[in-house]
Amino acid sequence: MIVRGSDRVIVMGITGKQGTFWTERMQAYGTKVVGGTNPSKAGTLHCDVPVYATARDAMKGGGFEVAVLFIPPLMVKEAAMDAIEAGAKGLVVLTEHIPVQDVMYFMAAAKERGTRIIGPNTAGCVTPGECFAGFMPAFNERIFRKGSIGVMSRSGSLGVLLCLNVVQAGYGESAFIGIGGDPIIGATTRDALTDLDRFPGTEAVVMVGEIGGSMEEEAAEYAKTMEKPVIAFIAGGASPQGKKMGHAGAIVMGNKGSYGSKRSALEAAGVTVLDTPSDVGAALKSRLGR
Amino acid sequence: MNFEEHAAKPLLARHGIDVPRGALATTPDEAAAAAARLGAVVVKAQVPTGKRGKAGGIKLAATPEEARAHARTILGMEIAGHKVAKVLIEEQMPIERELYAAVLTDPPSKGPLVMFSTEGGMDIEEVAATAPDKLRRQTVDIRRGFSAAEARALLQGLGLGAAESRVAGALAGLYAAYAAYDAELMEINPLIVTRDGRVVALDCKFVMDDCGIVRQREVAASGTPDELTGLEARAKAVALKYIDLDGEIGVLANGAGLTMTTMDVVRHHGGRPANFLEIGGESYTQAKPALELLLSNPRIKSLVINFCGAFARTDVMTQGVIEAIEALKPKVPMFFSVHGTGDEEAIRLLKERLGVTPLPTMDDASKAAVEAARGSRQ
Repeated sequence: MIVRGSDRVIVMGITGKQGTFWTERMQAYGTKVVGGTNPSKAGTLHCDVPVYATARDAMKGGGFEVAVLFIPPLMVKEAAMDAIEAGAKGLVVLTEHIPVQDVMYFMAAAKERGTRIIGPNTAGCVTPGECFAGFMPAFNERIFRKGSIGVMSRSGSLGVLLCLNVVQAGYGESAFIGIGGDPIIGATTRDALTDLDRFPGTEAVVMVGEIGGSMEEEAAEYAKTMEKPVIAFIAGGASPQGKKMGHAGAIVMGNKGSYGSKRSALEAAGVTVLDTPSDVGAALKSRLGR
Repeated sequence: MNFEEHAAKPLLARHGIDVPRGALATTPDEAAAAAARLGAVVVKAQVPTGKRGKAGGIKLAATPEEARAHARTILGMEIAGHKVAKVLIEEQMPIERELYAAVLTDPPSKGPLVMFSTEGGMDIEEVAATAPDKLRRQTVDIRRGFSAAEARALLQGLGLGAAESRVAGALAGLYAAYAAYDAELMEINPLIVTRDGRVVALDCKFVMDDCGIVRQREVAASGTPDELTGLEARAKAVALKYIDLDGEIGVLANGAGLTMTTMDVVRHHGGRPANFLEIGGESYTQAKPALELLLSNPRIKSLVINFCGAFARTDVMTQGVIEAIEALKPKVPMFFSVHGTGDEEAIRLLKERLGVTPLPTMDDASKAAVEAARGSRQ
């Protein structure tokens, strides 16, 4: 899912400190924020838009396509179910530390309803020159500039770094998708790569992955079929073996998940894999020929 | 968070799964006393890791004296880096068949996954590789759960005979326990069928989702917290994630991805990172305690401070760093790279208060730190 300037957005948890801070920035940048939610402040105006008790009310009120959630971890399940049942087209779930069983619950509901989900634990997404949803520094012109490079990242801060390097090298971004750092997320690396590949004006894709899971390996399968060049950086080559991985968890992953496995899967798919993020400009020049 | 066997099994029992009678012992005398009550027993080391049997941490004892002797050997043993402080004394069971059952959180299907195999006692990876026909898997819609009827359907054709419906009951109970305690893994290996037809969990491995701990206080109290080094424990006390590594270049960055990358780049330029420490997300206001923590590591010869702000404001993080430096006046050379939300203010602060200019990229900062560490070694 790539959020567009024409998408009507509600901010769930709009009246909180972070909700307010980032709603103002989204509005200033051009995101079409049409409302927000907070059950105890329904009927008031906040950031110049109406506050509703629920996403269902917001849907009845004026309608919306995308809900951005600034909601504390233990309350996300209820808020996400509200937005899904209201008929949202997409959700951007920023919250970190949501119990994973809650995540699986609203993911199952979203799948049934065809709702797209970005996150949890994402910094959001940016369509330069149009809008952003979440807490990305979209308004910083040294980091986001309208251009032809699609960027996706599991990590927000690392996504910012790669975008900075892309702009420093003289390029700009067609869109940025932060998919989130949780083990279970809505749009996967492969989904984001597919979306960016099909997004008008994209000439190359920069993919920022991390050790763990098998999403980069799955994305490599798709990268094989792409005509546009793909440049990847995988964080965590110098990290020690994870401590958390359960014994039975290893079987579902097979051998996938290590830095070496990801790098070789991507290279076999024709992806340029960077040793350091600073090399992204040179890699783009060599792959795009300009 | 991991749970040792003695803490996990009572949770299975709450959901109707049969477990052996047993008692926990921390001394050889306690072990002998328990064996006197239970008869022939198994003495089992309690550590949050597998492979206890292979390490000599599980022994059969026919008499209380034998139980005492085994407990004496096992207590104080080290298994996979864990010192054994307690043993579980359990009645021996007449085993006819060993099975395997698990419920785990499965990222590819974005839901719980039930796994069952008739090859219990073995490594499940090995079963998957050598006898995939003996392994059954079922993805579950967590909104609907997993019933005994669904378990029976999963077990069909595996030749469990008269035990099938009891095994199905245990599998449904295992799922219920997984769902009730915010588990990311609930595993019984082996689940046995006894000669008199009982279905009993001989072992249990339970890993609780760390994000679920806040709503599982009663159960979480019996879990085994990660063993932490001194610095890791100090970090945890101020809600920071710190991992000790063996290098000499300190790393402070925001966000897990950026922090890992900073470590990668330090290594790429020939250095060795001393730690993982991130102050991303809500903890971006914790730069001061974070840097104080780093500086108390005597191995550190130089430091890379790499901020790339999205949600985390680099001006706020830089302010914290400056406060720590002004308080501690460290001698260790430090190299900065600062970009993203709030960076203009951050760069101004560094110049004004410390007379420092950040380097253009994290590569420049990492390279400089690696060279500085080399210089101080010679």
